[in-house]
Amino acid sequence: MQIYLPIAEIVANALTLLGIGGGVGVLSGMFGVGGGFLITPLLFFIGIPPAVAVATGVNQVVASSISGVLAHLKRKTVDLRMGTVLLVGGIVGSGLGILLLRLLNRLGQADLAVQLSYVGFLGVVGALMLQESLRAWWRSTRAGPAQRRKLHSHNWVHALPMKMKFRTSGLYISVIPPLLIGGVVGVMAAVMGVGGGFLMVPAMIYLLGMPTKVVVGTSLFQIIFVAGFTTVMHAVTSQSVDVVLAFFLIIGGVIGAQVGAVIGLALKAEQLRILLALIVLAVAGKIALDLALPPQDLFTITIPGRH
Amino acid sequence: MRLALTLLLITLALPGRAGEIVGALSQNRVSLTANYSGSEILIFGAIRHEPAGGGNTRPDGTGRAVIDPDAPPRPFDVIITVEGPRQPVAIWRKARRFGIWVNVDVAYMASVPSFYAVATTAPLDRILTPEEDARHRISAGQAIRAEQVTSAVADPETYPRELLRIREAAQAYQRLERWVYMDRDILFRANVRLPTNLTEGAYTTRMYLVRDGEVVHQYRTAIFVRKEGLEQWLSHLAYNQPLLYGLLALGIALAAGWGASEAARFLRR
Repeated sequence: MQIYLPIAEIVANALTLLGIGGGVGVLSGMFGVGGGFLITPLLFFIGIPPAVAVATGVNQVVASSISGVLAHLKRKTVDLRMGTVLLVGGIVGSGLGILLLRLLNRLGQADLAVQLSYVGFLGVVGALMLQESLRAWWRSTRAGPAQRRKLHSHNWVHALPMKMKFRTSGLYISVIPPLLIGGVVGVMAAVMGVGGGFLMVPAMIYLLGMPTKVVVGTSLFQIIFVAGFTTVMHAVTSQSVDVVLAFFLIIGGVIGAQVGAVIGLALKAEQLRILLALIVLAVAGKIALDLALPPQDLFTITIPGRH
Repeated sequence: MRLALTLLLITLALPGRAGEIVGALSQNRVSLTANYSGSEILIFGAIRHEPAGGGNTRPDGTGRAVIDPDAPPRPFDVIITVEGPRQPVAIWRKARRFGIWVNVDVAYMASVPSFYAVATTAPLDRILTPEEDARHRISAGQAIRAEQVTSAVADPETYPRELLRIREAAQAYQRLERWVYMDRDILFRANVRLPTNLTEGAYTTRMYLVRDGEVVHQYRTAIFVRKEGLEQWLSHLAYNQPLLYGLLALGIALAAGWGASEAARFLRR
């Protein structure tokens, strides 16, 4: 079934869109990630203009996070105070990201910047995740004596000024690191069309030393507000959010997520993380390859002032 | 075909001139709706020949045409062009820098057609002189010209050529030679296929009556392409009320995300 996408101004197959949404939904259900980092590149691959793919991808993140946010709020596994600090950073970062994207667009380098940031972030995060999960898997198969972990280690983060008490997380730390983390994630939401959970979760655990049980809820709390804000900002500044496209991705995604959650229960956590790391690396590799190989066409046409 | 006959009667009633052309379209509106998948437009019309004797001229060697009653009347040719709304474009050239391919040069053109089709009864260069082509800007190469390029690139003539090539490959520009079907030298018709990625606006359709490499007469009409229904409403909202549209997108995402997961939970029970 072919449908006309009013903002992307192209005709796409509804089943393809449902399939992309559904496939990414399965993965996000299995791994508990938003999937924005997969949706946006897949939309590039099927020929959606990058600006529309980014803005619509971030809109899809809102839909895939809402039920998680509500569940975590109900279970009280959200550090609202930390979430708010991250959120303030996120909104500022998103605003900066939108300005940056507009500037790059005028220079004709927006697509390149988006692709390069995908290669960089996904490559680093995927490699770290793979290394971590392989080590954990190796440790679990060798059933040695369990190491005692400290609650959190004290590092340079604890020496910064403007300290604040985060009771839910049991932390007394400076607000600067969470503001910065939120800011970076905000820029990524605007430029890459992702929620940024894959960066924020490790940063919260290793940099801020937050307890694992509030990490996912707090990051989802921040993500949904930043993604929502970014959606509206993209709609206002570049008219690049396609609701028809988003609708099909969301429907596919939510159904896929339910299937993925069931599959996820059947697999071991370490295996899941190895698999996710490999998928992340594969996406990064594909985009890197596209940049490195000679393009099919040396010339491209854009319409100035439009996405 | 009844319409074509009516046209024929109209043209026959027209006062005599060197030859006249009149045409019509099977539809002059194209609606871009959710299930739009391209459309085919039938362009047809009729030719009125000049009164007897008028067509039998032949060049007399001094450039003047003299009437030669014994020469057979030379046939007319028909050229049809369909031109989509004009837009500014940027044409980027990629080159390898630091191991990856990046945009390095850009040329801007202020106004090029978003769609352009030229359909003819015979190869264009055989029925039209280059001068006439330039005057009426009939071929795609004339419709977008290198002089238009407004930026300091080393080779400004390359960019319009590449634009032409890319758009021809994408079927946005079409060269349809021997595409116009002539019936008894009076009636003509051609099918032009509009692609799926159309820009909204008026698609000017020109029909040229050609003889001896020169345009004898032309007729102009237009096809109006617009988004309709939900698509029209959405894109109108997106461009005119962007804040409202953004909030709508947000609302849909929240409602669909929450609603679908609630529905799934309900089904699992």
